[in-house]
Amino acid sequence: MSTNKRTYWQDNLRLVRFCLTIWFVVSFGFGILLVDVLNQIQIGGVRLGFWFAQQGSIYAFVVLIFYYAWRMSVVDKAHGVTED
Amino acid sequence: MDLQTLTYLVVGASFVLYIGIALASRARSTGEFYVAGKHVHPLANGMATAADWMSAASFISMAGLIAFLGYDGAVYLMGWTGGYVLLALLLAPYLRKFGKFTVPDFIGDRYDSQTARVVAVVCLILISFTYVAGQMRGVGIVFSRFLNVDISVGLFIGMAIVFFYAVLGGMKGITYTQVAQYWVLILAYLVPAVFISLQVTGTPVPQIAFASSVVDDGGFLLEKLDRIVTDLGFGAYTSGAKSRTDVFFITLALMIGTAGLPHVIVRFFTVPRVRDARMSAGWALLFIAILYTTAPAVGALARLNLTETIQHGPVGAVDGNLAYEERPLWFRTWEDTGLLRFEDKNADGRIQYYDDTNPDFAATAREYGWRGNELGVDRDIMVLANPEIAGLPNWVIALVAAGGIAAALSTAAGLLLVISAAVSHDLLKSVFAPEISERGELLAGRVSAAVAILVAGYLGYNPPGFVAQVVALAFGLAAASLFPVILLGIFSLRVNKYGAIAGMVSGLTFTLSYIIYFKGVFMAPFAENVSENWLFGISPEGIGALGAALNFAVAIAVSAVTPPPPATVRELVERIRVPS
Repeated sequence: MSTNKRTYWQDNLRLVRFCLTIWFVVSFGFGILLVDVLNQIQIGGVRLGFWFAQQGSIYAFVVLIFYYAWRMSVVDKAHGVTED
Repeated sequence: MDLQTLTYLVVGASFVLYIGIALASRARSTGEFYVAGKHVHPLANGMATAADWMSAASFISMAGLIAFLGYDGAVYLMGWTGGYVLLALLLAPYLRKFGKFTVPDFIGDRYDSQTARVVAVVCLILISFTYVAGQMRGVGIVFSRFLNVDISVGLFIGMAIVFFYAVLGGMKGITYTQVAQYWVLILAYLVPAVFISLQVTGTPVPQIAFASSVVDDGGFLLEKLDRIVTDLGFGAYTSGAKSRTDVFFITLALMIGTAGLPHVIVRFFTVPRVRDARMSAGWALLFIAILYTTAPAVGALARLNLTETIQHGPVGAVDGNLAYEERPLWFRTWEDTGLLRFEDKNADGRIQYYDDTNPDFAATAREYGWRGNELGVDRDIMVLANPEIAGLPNWVIALVAAGGIAAALSTAAGLLLVISAAVSHDLLKSVFAPEISERGELLAGRVSAAVAILVAGYLGYNPPGFVAQVVALAFGLAAASLFPVILLGIFSLRVNKYGAIAGMVSGLTFTLSYIIYFKGVFMAPFAENVSENWLFGISPEGIGALGAALNFAVAIAVSAVTPPPPATVRELVERIRVPS
């Protein structure tokens, strides 16, 4: 594998690790493991832990995928591996 | 115009639309039949994926499930959306770069093994048939409830429609009908949700209504709900009944299962470029999230509406409960379907709806003169009867019927297509008859799609066990069999065919046995399905996560003690990791 492709793959893995950490924190963290702690905080008519479990994590997932797609298109360009 | 006629008209119009699209997008090559010629715009693919993904269970059952599970409903909300993050980051772009037609294609090529390919086909067929049985059942149920025909007639009509566009159009036909079906189902879901949010909280946006106060007494929706359900002995809405461990594992199993479902993965083979696959996953989840963030609001509002209808006065007061003779019209309609059942246990002519399994509430209930819960509520009613409970016009009810059918048909078609591709492409073309011509393979694809529809129809008519649990089974199997070996096939250069085959077989066997042990598919269960009996406190719904872990462990361990894969495989992996 060429050096360029190797660093491309490393950059990708770093981004994947970062995104998956957030993925885990918002859902399994905020929505499940820390739900009781976050439920101490109430915003509007809903407690925060419950909100993350039923709403917030889903919004975060959507943002995460678009963020990853956007960052990867930048990484693709930087390494000159874009299609067409 | 009466409701019946209107429903026939709306559902009929949606069918005309689907058939029109099918005629306009017939498949002329295997490439078009399997992956729509890889010409699908990422936005269109996102919509098609959303319709493909959101099944009868998402549309009809999920909000009702949440209404009764409260906090625990989060397992479905997070589990059935979080998998798209895994799909977008870990699978979709690389599988698109791989560039062939099917999931077994990838497993067979990456592991350089016909055995691995065939094992993958077996897993795929097992997963897809269990899943499709639930969908066909859903079609039959919607037909029978809204159009007053027998379940078998509904099933037959559904099969005929799917036959038309799946056999004729293949992936190309399915894709564009799914785009139309997405619009039908999301409109059908949002319209009643918006009306009900407006009625109860004064805000039209369900996601905001969820955190708002209710119009009549000014308290917050969720706080009020917590109060009125706990007054009746039920657990508080915002705290759950499942253990944290179980919630964790079910969510994880559903996420991994989602990412491992072949009919979802294959949708990302249809876009033109790798970066389209990444974007398309984002669009798909956005379109899914519109329904999935609405569902918890619908669940909470429906639970409030139902409870307040029955318990319309103070708890414990004689006239606090609805008199059976004064029950509203929708109550009568849904009683006829058997989804609502009333039994006057204390013979007072009034309906008592409370948790009679709660020992702490038993003394209070006795004091009130209650002799047990008198109302049986099927959870599906929460979405199906919602428009009637809220007093919405007939066209909304007709739209909900069309939406339920669209959700079930779009998912069924996607599943049937991956089954037919597995037979005609992975078994016939790749293993048993490599010299088959393209025309022959295309014909084989159409024939196997037709056969798959017949089998699915049969399974829908004679479902193996309760539909909801067969769907749980499909997720567990997808999580434990396909996801780990696809992931390792991309991210590891070392895992070889021995590891992959051993991993798939052990993950599948473990998960299948555990589910059958407690749920008894096709036979009586071996042990009672209660938490004391579960392994590490994990229910059969969540066991797929452990099955996946086992698959990973076995695949890595077996590969470590067997020779590394050949250089050609190494080149394949290095090629798919980079877009160009």
